[in-house]
Amino acid sequence: MNTLAGTGALVRLILRRDRFLMPLWVVLMALVPMFLGSSIKQLYPTAAAVGEYARENLGNSTFIVLYGRIYDTSLGGVTFWRASSGMLIIGIISMLVVIRHTRVEEEAGRRELLGSAVVGRHAGLAAALIATICANLVLAVLLALGLTGLGLPAGGSFAAGLAWAATGGIFAAVGALVAQLTEGAGAARGVGVTVAGAAFLLRAVGDVAGEGADPSWVSWLSPLGWMSQMRAFGQEQWWVLAPAVALIALLVAVAFALQARRDVAAGLLPPRLGPAEASAGLRTPLALAWRLHRGSLIGWTAGFAVLGAVFGGVAKSAQDMLAGNQQLMEIFERMGGESALSDVVIVGTMGISALIASGYAVQATLRMRTEEAGLRSEPVLVTSVGRVSWALSHLVFALFGPLVAMAVEGLVTGLVYGVSVGDPGREIPRGLAAALVQLPAIWVLAGLTTALYGLRPRLAPAVGWAGLGVCLFLGLIGAAVQLSQAVLDVSPFTHIPKIPGGDLAGVPLVVLVAVAGALLALGLAAFRRRDVPVA
Amino acid sequence: MENIITASGLRKHFGSTRALDGLDLEVRRGEVHGFLGPNGAGKTTTIRVLLGLLKADAGTVRLFDGDPWNDATSLHRRLAYVPGDVTLWPNLSGGEVIDLLGRLRGGLDNKRKNELLERFDLDPKKKGRAYSKGNRQKVGLVAALASDVELLLLDEPTSGLDPLMEEVFRQVVAEEQARDGRTVLLSSHILSEVEALCDRVSIVRDGRTVETGTLTELRHLTRTTITAELASPPDGLADLAGVHELHVDGTQVRFEVDTPQLDAALRQLTAAGVRGLVSRPPTLEELFLRHYKTETNGEVKAEVAR
Ligand SMILES: Nc1ncnc2c1ncn2[C@@H]1O[C@H](COP(=O)(O)OP(=O)(O)OP(=O)(O)O)[C@@H](O)[C@H]1O
Ligand SMILES: [Mg+2]
Repeated sequence: MNTLAGTGALVRLILRRDRFLMPLWVVLMALVPMFLGSSIKQLYPTAAAVGEYARENLGNSTFIVLYGRIYDTSLGGVTFWRASSGMLIIGIISMLVVIRHTRVEEEAGRRELLGSAVVGRHAGLAAALIATICANLVLAVLLALGLTGLGLPAGGSFAAGLAWAATGGIFAAVGALVAQLTEGAGAARGVGVTVAGAAFLLRAVGDVAGEGADPSWVSWLSPLGWMSQMRAFGQEQWWVLAPAVALIALLVAVAFALQARRDVAAGLLPPRLGPAEASAGLRTPLALAWRLHRGSLIGWTAGFAVLGAVFGGVAKSAQDMLAGNQQLMEIFERMGGESALSDVVIVGTMGISALIASGYAVQATLRMRTEEAGLRSEPVLVTSVGRVSWALSHLVFALFGPLVAMAVEGLVTGLVYGVSVGDPGREIPRGLAAALVQLPAIWVLAGLTTALYGLRPRLAPAVGWAGLGVCLFLGLIGAAVQLSQAVLDVSPFTHIPKIPGGDLAGVPLVVLVAVAGALLALGLAAFRRRDVPVA
Repeated sequence: MENIITASGLRKHFGSTRALDGLDLEVRRGEVHGFLGPNGAGKTTTIRVLLGLLKADAGTVRLFDGDPWNDATSLHRRLAYVPGDVTLWPNLSGGEVIDLLGRLRGGLDNKRKNELLERFDLDPKKKGRAYSKGNRQKVGLVAALASDVELLLLDEPTSGLDPLMEEVFRQVVAEEQARDGRTVLLSSHILSEVEALCDRVSIVRDGRTVETGTLTELRHLTRTTITAELASPPDGLADLAGVHELHVDGTQVRFEVDTPQLDAALRQLTAAGVRGLVSRPPTLEELFLRHYKTETNGEVKAEVAR
């Protein structure tokens, strides 16, 4: 049988299922650079003003970590640079879309239903990739049209659009690959997001550690690094699309090969037999929750340890760069006050890690929802386990899982940085503090998700992830598009004190913990009163 | 006799769907009570109310001597539940699930568990995701039956079991009842299972109880089919209340008659002189199908598993 039979029908099915979602993200994300561009244009109306702004920020390492290097000081170049976090977001969205239409379908058993119709083995994966890559191409065109609408050169506009679309395509292919590895969609998403985080970090490290105008070779390890080398509106380097297409082709080929070697719904690792009897400890809801959450706890913690090592390394090289550059030193002293450059880097990176860790918190909270919708909460709730104990057994992991992951990251950052500057005794507690101070904001998102889980369980996933999306948007893009402080204040992360370096303000932390606690209590109270299961 | 379950006037809405519409149910200590009705009649909903998972909009429920919604956790120690579609955690083995659920309920008889594993021919070492539908069902059954509880709530527990295992299930439930006097509420579409196991049955339709009683009592409520060869054409049969579907072909007659009118109908026949007579009591299928049909159009609403 033709392994691609039925691909066309499946593409239509995907477009039909995502008829609202897909246009929404395509259009919204395509608009981001245009809005950014027009707000920059308003702030710096002349080319000279934009150029000055860009030159002032050439060596700003917080900006370099967040957005990469500036390759062109025109309005277009600066817009492409400031909007670059959008590439990461597009990448993650594309990856999640592919996983949604492949592994999620298999996990739900719907793939099997289709497989029994005239649908080839590879049709589902091919259809998901085709739909996602086409969506990215549409996005590229819209984005380019938007930028030309601002009066920017067409060549640069299309270069920018294609850079975004290529990033989306690469991560769609990453999604196709990780969807083959694990049996659970959750685990596939976890692996995929970690890959995206690593790509961001490599780009950040490489850009900060570069010499003069160029990033170091480390940036070239990351697709995000390649795509910033498109240098849209400067001297465009169109050839970077070639390695992107090659990488997509390679990843897709590997994904197809892996899929050909496994059974529908199976992972690559063959299932093993388990024990005939439960161990003596498996007798409480918490023990069950540990079995269900331990894989992701270990995975996230390991990922965060790696993040910590990378961050610790960046901080040192950033400081080295600073030591040799009087002008940069002045810029940083102006920006960060008394705090050392390494502090600024650590604060910024911990802020980003906290957003990623919130993804873990939301995911672990939503485990309650997955359990309920899969009818696996029922057998436990009809024993002598009360509803609140059951919910708490999962929330323990949603609240303390991110704590463990962040703490490990903080310790490793402190250790690596401390060793590199020869003072681990001082840096380890500082790294730990920088990581742990973020937790109240993470807990607010877990609380929000829990509240929805109690009140409107069907909406909990959408609201939980949307809440995180808003925080990501406000944190990464909000300040750049000059949103008012009142809007930025919506994100709990805005209120986290800048530690180390800044003052440890207790009040915002206490308020955030109180908000998180209130949301959790609300969710639990509502959960006690509602019907179970809500399918 | 003491009631283990007493529900009266239960109502439950899901949005605009009326799942329960004044349902009554009484289950006595020590009996196996059949709970029957067409698809969507409200059986699962009732059982979930009894488990304190759903809160009824109106009506009263007593389970043992408590209220299932408010005293859920303490009542749950005394009962075990098997849903029609047992779902397992993909990364826990069947044996682990059986032990865990037993312990969470407050105790598990290990000897009994091993005996049941043997009789149901279940491999407890497989992971949840690796079990077939029928084997998942067995995991749920062993976990419930090996628990030391007074009440078993079984919601189509044998769906997906092969006939051999279905037979084992019947034996085990019968033994349970004989040995420990456990009470069982058994929702089922398998009529032979109900006939073999149940002391009394309740039939629900559209969220209401339409009939309750022993099978003998229920049989009493339906029609007997009579075919007779008479000496002369019958007289007055057509006018007799309780006679239905009358076909007369010369001296050949065939009709259905309500049990209370059986005597009167036979008298009419003997008056005409009986040469041959076949009387067939209602089959279980006929009995239930009649209750499953809606009053309005007489259409069979539900598929009955045979
Ligand atoms: N969570 C729910 N949301 C909306 N409607 C529901 C829900 N649960 C049950 N219903 C509806 O309530 C009615 C009764 O359903 P229930 O599951 O109790 O029937 P049942 O007698 O168990 O049927 P079956 O024999 O098919 O198992 C049906 O119309 C069903 O569609
Ligand atoms: Mg049911």
